Amino acid sequence: MSDAPSDALAAIQRQIQWNRLIAVVEEQAQIMIRTAFSTTVREAGDLSAGIFDLRGRMLAQAVTGTPGHVNSMMESVGHFLAKFPAEGMKAGDHYITNDPWLGTGHLHDLTVVTPAFRHGRIVGLFANTAHVIDVGGLGMGPEGRSVFEEGLYIPIVKCFDQGRANETFFDILRAGTRTPAELEGDVYSLCACNDAGARRLVEMMDEFAMDSLDELAESIFEASARATLAEIAKLPRGEFAAQISSDGYEAPVTLKARMTVAEDHIAVDYAGTSGLSGRGINVPAAYTRAYACFGIKCVVAPEVPNNWASLLPFRMEIPEGCILNAPRPFPVAVRHVVGQLLPDLMMGCLHQAVPDRVTAEGSSCLWNPPLRGGAQVSGGEAELPDFEVITFNSGGTGARPGQDGLDGTAFPSGVRTMPVEATENVAPVVFWKKELRPGSGGPGRTRGGLGQVMEIGAKGDAEFAVNAIFDRVANAPRGRDGGGDGAPGWVGLTDGTVLRTKGYQVIPRGKRLRLLLPGGGGMGDPAGRDPALVRRDIADGLV
Amino acid sequence: MSGLRLAADIGGTFTDLALERADAHGGFERWTAKVLTTPAAPEKGVLEGIRVVLSKAGVGPSDVALFIHGTTLATNAVIERKGARTALLTTEGFRDVLALGNESRYDQYDLNITLPQPLVPRRWRLPVPERLDNEGRVLLPLDEGAVRQAVSFMKAEGIESLAIGFLHAFVNPAHERRAAEIVREEWPEISVSLSSEVSPEMREWERFSTTAANAYVQPLMMGYLHRLKAGLAEAGFSCPLYLMLSGGGLTTLETAARFPIRLVESGPAGGAIFSAFVARQKGWDRVLSFDMGGTTAKVCLIDDFAPQTARSFEVARIGRFKKGSGLPLRIPVIEMVEIGAGGGSIASVDALGRIQVGPESAGADPGPACYGRGGSKPAVTDANLLLGRYDPASFAGGAMPLHPGAAASAMNAALGTLGLEPPMAALGVVEVVDENMANAARVHAIESGKGYDGRAVIAFGGGGPVHGYRVAEKIGVNRLLVPSGAGVGSAIGFLRAPVGYEVVRSLYQRFRSFDVAAVNALLAEMSAEARRVVAEGAFGAALVERRIAYMRYVGQGHEIAVELPVKAMEAADVAAVRAAYDREYAGFYDRPVPGSDVEILSFAVTVATEVETPPPVAEVDAAPGPSPIRHQAVRDTARGEVSDWPVYDRAGFAPGATVPGPCIVAEAETSTLVGPGWSCRMDGLGYLELTR
Repeated sequence: MSDAPSDALAAIQRQIQWNRLIAVVEEQAQIMIRTAFSTTVREAGDLSAGIFDLRGRMLAQAVTGTPGHVNSMMESVGHFLAKFPAEGMKAGDHYITNDPWLGTGHLHDLTVVTPAFRHGRIVGLFANTAHVIDVGGLGMGPEGRSVFEEGLYIPIVKCFDQGRANETFFDILRAGTRTPAELEGDVYSLCACNDAGARRLVEMMDEFAMDSLDELAESIFEASARATLAEIAKLPRGEFAAQISSDGYEAPVTLKARMTVAEDHIAVDYAGTSGLSGRGINVPAAYTRAYACFGIKCVVAPEVPNNWASLLPFRMEIPEGCILNAPRPFPVAVRHVVGQLLPDLMMGCLHQAVPDRVTAEGSSCLWNPPLRGGAQVSGGEAELPDFEVITFNSGGTGARPGQDGLDGTAFPSGVRTMPVEATENVAPVVFWKKELRPGSGGPGRTRGGLGQVMEIGAKGDAEFAVNAIFDRVANAPRGRDGGGDGAPGWVGLTDGTVLRTKGYQVIPRGKRLRLLLPGGGGMGDPAGRDPALVRRDIADGLV
Repeated sequence: MSGLRLAADIGGTFTDLALERADAHGGFERWTAKVLTTPAAPEKGVLEGIRVVLSKAGVGPSDVALFIHGTTLATNAVIERKGARTALLTTEGFRDVLALGNESRYDQYDLNITLPQPLVPRRWRLPVPERLDNEGRVLLPLDEGAVRQAVSFMKAEGIESLAIGFLHAFVNPAHERRAAEIVREEWPEISVSLSSEVSPEMREWERFSTTAANAYVQPLMMGYLHRLKAGLAEAGFSCPLYLMLSGGGLTTLETAARFPIRLVESGPAGGAIFSAFVARQKGWDRVLSFDMGGTTAKVCLIDDFAPQTARSFEVARIGRFKKGSGLPLRIPVIEMVEIGAGGGSIASVDALGRIQVGPESAGADPGPACYGRGGSKPAVTDANLLLGRYDPASFAGGAMPLHPGAAASAMNAALGTLGLEPPMAALGVVEVVDENMANAARVHAIESGKGYDGRAVIAFGGGGPVHGYRVAEKIGVNRLLVPSGAGVGSAIGFLRAPVGYEVVRSLYQRFRSFDVAAVNALLAEMSAEARRVVAEGAFGAALVERRIAYMRYVGQGHEIAVELPVKAMEAADVAAVRAAYDREYAGFYDRPVPGSDVEILSFAVTVATEVETPPPVAEVDAAPGPSPIRHQAVRDTARGEVSDWPVYDRAGFAPGATVPGPCIVAEAETSTLVGPGWSCRMDGLGYLELTR
């Protein structure tokens, strides 16, 4: 028992301060959602927010946000500090980049870093990342042959200098996008939410009379590392291998992992994984680490908050030249279609260690059809005004050991969908169908979540285009432990015409796009399924 | 007429009654009662409570001029899934809108979450061919034969209530109305709820969910309300009956029976109105209402004497109060955040050696360990006891002696691994729960687009006065008020509520192409609708109308409410509204966005009877402070030090008397803690005002 109440009080206060930091970054994320312009941020929640110490180590991240951003944004702050050392930063400065290799993996993600000052001294850094709607170039899609075709490339620069907007930067930004007002507004929003975080941090430091975050950081890191290591220690030691296939662009892609569970860390080696693609499905290493760590963490230590130390025990060996470690300037715009398979791959390994803690494979990759129309598709014949719109949609998740998979729900991504009524209000499109896809869940003791059926036309059935980014059409989500596979996806027209799963394609006048989203894999022997659940699914027309 | 007004609030455990009339000095004479809620037939509890409170006051039914009622019955029906067998007629191709929701998980890292099941199972979600576009034009006519077929199917399935929700029906309700007409031809007795009437706003999931919930509770609520009406008549009451709405206004029984979903949060709404009234008495224009009970704490922002309102709400959260784990309702509500932090919330240690408090609660039975009724897990009340904040012998006015030994053992058993003595562990528990509440208040203020800096806190409920000063410190607030009568605050709040009604409609507008005529026509129509509803119960009282536009920069996702003039607008008014938006926006987020147009998504019109202005509070002269009734050794949670805190009896306080902190002001239902650095004065209303 502690005999020094002051030590005990200090320990309790550090916990309070930790909770406060998490509340501060949550406030930061909420302000971003309220003020952002891009539907991807404000409706879908494709963002992250966090606080860092002066060495670029993440202390806390907002609960709101999506995994692909969070863990990669964590690496990003170090790159900002390498170019702009903390000693030279001034109050009111904001730094920005969308460099896929210094940020979160594609040009559509903006990362903003802002120093926090107290009594004229820099005490910490706030960072956030948001997926914006447009950065020029070919637009969101896999067609680029290098990153230079994929859009405006922003190196790490100052967008605000001591509170003054860098007008040269904003001029270039506005000129390089199809949606200048929205993109500029989004940058303002990212800066405003970091400012709010900084204000709250300083209030907290005043309240607790803290001169620096150092002691608090050490205690957060110590507790997080200890808790993560304790969870790792509970796993059986050993080497576990798995692989998973993606439809790819030119050719199928195979991802391979060999996972070593040691006493104090988990190492993953990706040797044997397919090489680079000529199109934008390549994955920068930071994004690979982000989704792989997320997949491991969901199984091994879901309760431990995300920070620098809690992710440290997960080590990644990603061979150069494989699709999971794309070098600049390979195209990377839709790195998510491959990257979002990584949690399934990690669970494939962990299934051998802790079979009752993982799920079957799911639809995993979001089915987000970027739709475009007007003169940019139909030239002088266009019947519609120019539009560019994307909606986020999800197939089924993999069956869980004790419960069915979730129907039409995003995993591993943390995003939300947009209402059809809202989408139809911003673009001249009509969704004729968007509902569950009966029979698509893999059978099992617990079944996979169901995919969806979607049918989309333009208003007046005019010509429009889709920049397809779909996967799991040739490679269905697999079941585990005797459970069946989920139904594979399908991309085509309502008249039965089959379309390619990736790339820009025009839907002719009078035709409609039809998407069948994959179902999740099942788990366990279907004969062991609770008969009451079978009856329910039949009564509801789900199987 | 004697001017007696009666209010009843049915809660989960107790039904609270308040009866009052204005006294000669500008205050109120009041009687209250608490009886057990009778879930099987709630009107019985209400009638029994009424009997008790009338006999306390020595009056009869004919002396009561007005009866106001609020209830959690609709909420409970949704939470416990005890509503009607409900079907949904919907646009073909969109059968699963209720099941898909927003396709997200409310917890990113938990692989085993359960999502809330829709109130209408898939077998009763019945698609019919029809389709409107976003401007309300018909893309596909309504298939009337399919509607008739659906009716036969529903009859065969024993459906008891029907919701109709078609895409874009909020723009053009023609298909929904025609479908309802056909249903009523075939089946006159079925109750029908239309999405274009229940919640005429964009976003199909929220609108259908609200409509389905309305249909789900309608048969139950209609039955209850009519039984209550009959019971009251039988008991000899002839006064008008009003129902409390979630949005803070009162309405007639007929409107309540039509839109019962609008009654969902009426109890908590009463608490917020109580706070708003107290704020008005004090003349405080920026207040944070803090109501901490046994299992949850509720925080509500009150600006200019009106509780913050919102247009959406989540009911029946299944994931430990987590946002996104409930069913969305899009109705006018008093906006508050509710978290699992109350006197019964249980403390534990997580895998990281961090103290966690709640949301699990010891409830009333067995209750916290110190009640000595078999509870073995440490609750917040145990922690308060171990800090010396309660006197074991005089808790609850001496009615329930507390057991510090049991509290210490429970604390040791649950938190012993931290290596802290029970009093320090207790300090940790209280600091964590106070921090949780402060953080919830902060994030709530941000999500509502409001600040919390510089507010005053009004604390009530059993725990509010105990934890209020420390929560205030944590959010940087220097003023705290503990009013009297807080035990039945919601019922008293009902008596302060205006008769009112809010109509919300979507009509898309941009300022660069503002259609003044269309907006004026819509607002006039909404105003007439709201006035019609209110007129039934206003009895000629003066009406106040407010018009609001929900606005944002073109392309943004979240709107800010901007007040519109109550008249037919002209060009100059439109420009003024546009300017007001920029001011409001910059006020919240520092930076206006240059060059962006502004759009309006929807409009709201509220018509209500004028809120009575409380009589001016007489200034009171300084009075001598009371003498302590005892001293308690209390550990201060900010510094960890123990010192002797004097304890005063609230009843022994004279208006104008001031005592310095640290000290405790005790009363039967709760204790007000006055922390170090604070002082406590009783004002002319008998309220305790803490400042630092």
